[in-house]
Amino acid sequence: MLDSDLIQRTLELAAGRGADLAELFVEDVRSSSASLDDGRIEELVSGRDRGAGIRVMIGERTGFAHTADLSPEGLAETARVAAASARGATGESRRVAVGGSPRAYAAPVRIDPSTVGKADKVALLRRADDAARAGYAAVSQVAARYGDVRRRVLVANTNGVFATDDLTKTSFSVSVVAKGDTGMQTGRHSVGRVAGFELFDVAHGGYDVEELARLASGRAIRKLDARPAPSGALAVVIAGGSGGVLFHEACGHGLEADLVDKGASVFAGRRGEKVASELVTLVDDATMVGEWGYFGIDDEGHAATRNVLIERGVLSDYLYDGQQSRKAGRGGSGNGRRQSYRHLPMVRMTNTYITGGDSDPADIIAATDFGVYIAQLGGGQVNTASGDFVFGMTEAYLIEGGVITEALRDANLIGNGPAALAAIDAVGNDFSMGYPGTCGKDGQGVPVGMGTPTLRVPSLTIGGTAP
Amino acid sequence: MSEGDLVELAARLAERARAGEHLEIAAGRGLSTTVKAYDGEVESFTSAESFGVGIRVLIERDGGLSQGFAHAGSFDPDVLEETLQEARDNATFAEPDPFAGLATPDGRVPVHQDLWRGELLGTSTEAKIDLALQLERATRSAHAAVKGVRSASYGDSAGEMALVSTAGIRAYGRSTSCWLSVSCMAGDENETHTGYGVAVGREPGSLDVSAVAEEAVTQAVRLIGARQVPSQRLALVLEPKLAATVLAIIGSMLCGDAVVKGRSPFADRLGQAIAAPLLSLADDPTDARSLGADAYDGEGLACRRNVLITDGVLSSFLHNSYTGRRAGTNSTASAVRGSRSLPGVGPQALAVVPGATSYEQLLAGVDHGILVQSMAGLHSGVNTTSGDFSVGAEGLMIRHGALAEPVREVTIASTLPRLLLDLVGVASEITWLPDGSGSAALVFGEVALSGS
Repeated sequence: MLDSDLIQRTLELAAGRGADLAELFVEDVRSSSASLDDGRIEELVSGRDRGAGIRVMIGERTGFAHTADLSPEGLAETARVAAASARGATGESRRVAVGGSPRAYAAPVRIDPSTVGKADKVALLRRADDAARAGYAAVSQVAARYGDVRRRVLVANTNGVFATDDLTKTSFSVSVVAKGDTGMQTGRHSVGRVAGFELFDVAHGGYDVEELARLASGRAIRKLDARPAPSGALAVVIAGGSGGVLFHEACGHGLEADLVDKGASVFAGRRGEKVASELVTLVDDATMVGEWGYFGIDDEGHAATRNVLIERGVLSDYLYDGQQSRKAGRGGSGNGRRQSYRHLPMVRMTNTYITGGDSDPADIIAATDFGVYIAQLGGGQVNTASGDFVFGMTEAYLIEGGVITEALRDANLIGNGPAALAAIDAVGNDFSMGYPGTCGKDGQGVPVGMGTPTLRVPSLTIGGTAP
Repeated sequence: MSEGDLVELAARLAERARAGEHLEIAAGRGLSTTVKAYDGEVESFTSAESFGVGIRVLIERDGGLSQGFAHAGSFDPDVLEETLQEARDNATFAEPDPFAGLATPDGRVPVHQDLWRGELLGTSTEAKIDLALQLERATRSAHAAVKGVRSASYGDSAGEMALVSTAGIRAYGRSTSCWLSVSCMAGDENETHTGYGVAVGREPGSLDVSAVAEEAVTQAVRLIGARQVPSQRLALVLEPKLAATVLAIIGSMLCGDAVVKGRSPFADRLGQAIAAPLLSLADDPTDARSLGADAYDGEGLACRRNVLITDGVLSSFLHNSYTGRRAGTNSTASAVRGSRSLPGVGPQALAVVPGATSYEQLLAGVDHGILVQSMAGLHSGVNTTSGDFSVGAEGLMIRHGALAEPVREVTIASTLPRLLLDLVGVASEITWLPDGSGSAALVFGEVALSGS
C-alpha cells in the first residue's frame, strides 16, 4: 500500500527523538451496497476511503493525526502534527528500520464480490422481496440490503511491527413490516461473513436469500397476534446464536482492560475469582475464520488470538490492546481495534461466545414452568461501572408449564452482569454463532461476532407492560 | 478555507453532466481536534483535516429517473473521476422511479445564520488542553463521593460544505462547533454509579466547565444507594435532555420516508389529534438559538419553520424533495445528509413549545412517579413502526411531589402513540441542547415500570 522507504521516513519523522512508540496505520476501504425498498431497487452506493493515522506515544500521552493525503508531503505533515500533539522533541531523527516485506495476512475469498456484476447483486434483492411477500398477505413492506466491503490495512511501528491484512466482508439483511388489526409489526433477519459472494452459494453451504426473507416475514407476522410482554422478573430461556448479545453486554465490555484500569468495571480486581456459574466458559476469539469479528491482525498489527476470559465460572483474563498490555507489563491479547484510520485504537471484543454445555435445549424449555423464551435478541447496552445491562428481544414467546405458547411483543430486558452470570443454571449442547453485530464504544463501531448455546437465567427483569 | 474553491470544485463536477443526466455534488472539508484528559494529564491529542465528496447521478429512463450514488474521502482528481463513474454505473442498475429527482429551487430566501467563529480557529492548542484538564479537575473535586473520571474531553470542528446541482442549486455553508464532555463515577466500596455531562457551543469561550462537571457529578452522586424497586404503574418525569430524546423519536416517526413507505403508525393521521392538547412541536432551523440552525437543508433548499404538532393535532410531516413528491406535496426543506450519504429526512432544530407551568410546580404536582435521568437500550427496545417503547432506566422516585430514593435496574415501558396522549405537563423553561433541539421537562401520566 506504501513502499517501505516512505513508511520508514514517516516513522522516523513521527518518532523524533523522544517517542516511546510511533505507529503508522494505513487503510484502504472500498465498499458497495445495493438496497431495495418499497418494491423497488432504490439505491446503489459505492464508497472509497483511504488514508493514514499516525500515532506517537510518549509516556502516558498519545498524539494522533490522520490524513487522506498519502503523498510523501501529506504523510510528513501528518507525522509532524502527531509528534507535536504528543509534545515530541523535535530535532535530529531517530533511525527506524522497516525492513523487507510485511507479514501479510489475507482472509480467504472464493468469489471476489468486485468480480460479480451489479445485476447479480440486485437480483438477490428482488428474489428476497418476492419471497418475503409470496404467501404472506399481511406483509405490507419489505426492505432488503446487500453490502460488500474490502478493507486493506497496513500497520508499521518503531517496535518492528510491519504487517498487512486484507479482509472482504459480505452481508445481507431483510426487514419486513406486517400489518393487521392490531397495527404494524416488524421482522428482520441478517447474515454476514468475512467472505466473498460465496455467501450466497447455496450448493456449498451458503445462504438462500429467499429463506432469509421468509424468516423475517414469519417473525413479523407472528407478532401481529402477540400479547404485550410481561412486566417484572421471570425465568428466561435464550435460544442459541444471537443470545451471545447477553454475554457481550453482561461481561464482555466489563472485561476490557481500559475500563478495568479506570475503575469503570464491576469486574476490576476479580481475576482468579468465581464470577459466573460453573457452566460458563467465555471465549473471545479473533481467529474464527469467516466470523464477523475475524481478522488476521488487529489494528495495531498484533496477530489474531483466542483468549479464554472466564473458565468454568472463574475469571481468567481481561482483554488488552497495546497500551493496556504495556501498562500491565504483559503480552498483548490482540484486541486493539479501531473503526477507521480516523480513530485511535482501543480495547475491543472480536468474536465472543460461550462454549457448549450438556443439556438438550428441549429439556431446558420443558423444565421451565413459567417464563419467556427468546428466539431472537436485538442489540444491547451496558453500564460497565454498575454492571447493569439491557438487551432487546425481537422474537419471544411465553413458556407455560414447560411449553412454548403465545408470541410476545418487543421489549427490553434488564439485569446485572455479575448476578445474571452467577445465576445461569442450564447451558445447552446446541452452540451456534448469531447474526453479524456492530459494537459501539466511545463513538466507534467495529464488527463483532457473538455466539451461545441455548441457556437459562432463572430471573431477569422483562420490561413489558402486562402485569 | 474559502468558499470559492469548494463551490468551484463541486460546480466543475456538476458541469460534467451528459444529456439526460442530472448531477448533484456535495463536497465537504473539515478540521478537527480532540483532547482527552485523564488523571491530570493529557491522555491523547488528535488533530485532523478531512475531505468528503458525494456524487448523486439520476438518469432518465422509462418514464422515471434512476439514481446512483458514490462517495469518497479525498479530492484527488483520480478519485473524483472514479467516484463519478461509479455513481453513473450505479444509476444504471437502480429502477426508474417517477418520484425520483433533484430538489429544484423553490424561491424561498435563506435566512443566513452566523455559525462561524474565527476565534475557534485562533484558539491555541494549550488553551484547548487546559479546558480538558480543567474539566477533569473540576469533576474530581466537585464531590467527595467521586471515585474517578473515566474521560474528560474537549473537541472542536470547523467544517464547510458546498452543494451544487444541475437543477440550479448552488449552496454553501460553514460552521464551527466545540464541546466539552465528561463521564464520571461516584459511589462507595460497594457500588459505582455513572454520570455524564456535556456542553456544546460555537466557540470555546461559550463553554461552561463547572456546569458540565456539575451535571455529571449530580447524576452520579444522586444514584448512590439506588436499588431495584417492585414493578408498578406510575407517572414519568423527564428532564429536558431525555425529553428531547423521546421527542426526537416521535419526530422520526413524522418524517416523510417512514410516512410514504408505510412504516409510521401516524402515516394516515394528518389533521387528527395524536397527542394531548398541551403539546406543540416545531422544527425551525431558522431559529438562531438552536445549534442545529442552518441556512440550507441537505438538498440546498432554504431552511424554514415547520410545525409538526399544533395543540396535539398532527399538522405536518417533514419531507425532502423525494418524499414530498411522493406524498403529493412539496419538500419542507428537511433533507439531512453528510457528503458520504444520500439525503434522508429529519428534523434539525426540533423544539417543543413551552408550557405555562414551571418545572418545580410540575414536579410538586406528581404524587407517585419516577424521574428518569438515563435510558439504556433505545436502539433495541424502541420500535418506531410497531410503536413499542421499552427502555432500561435509572433515576429517582417521586413521592408526594418531592424527589425520593434512587432507583436502578428497572425498565420503563409504554407505546409511543400512548405516551403522546398521556402527556400531562410541559414545563415553561426551554433548554437548547447539543443536538440542536429545544426541549422542556415533560410529565407523562402513566407508564409501566418493571422491576423486582
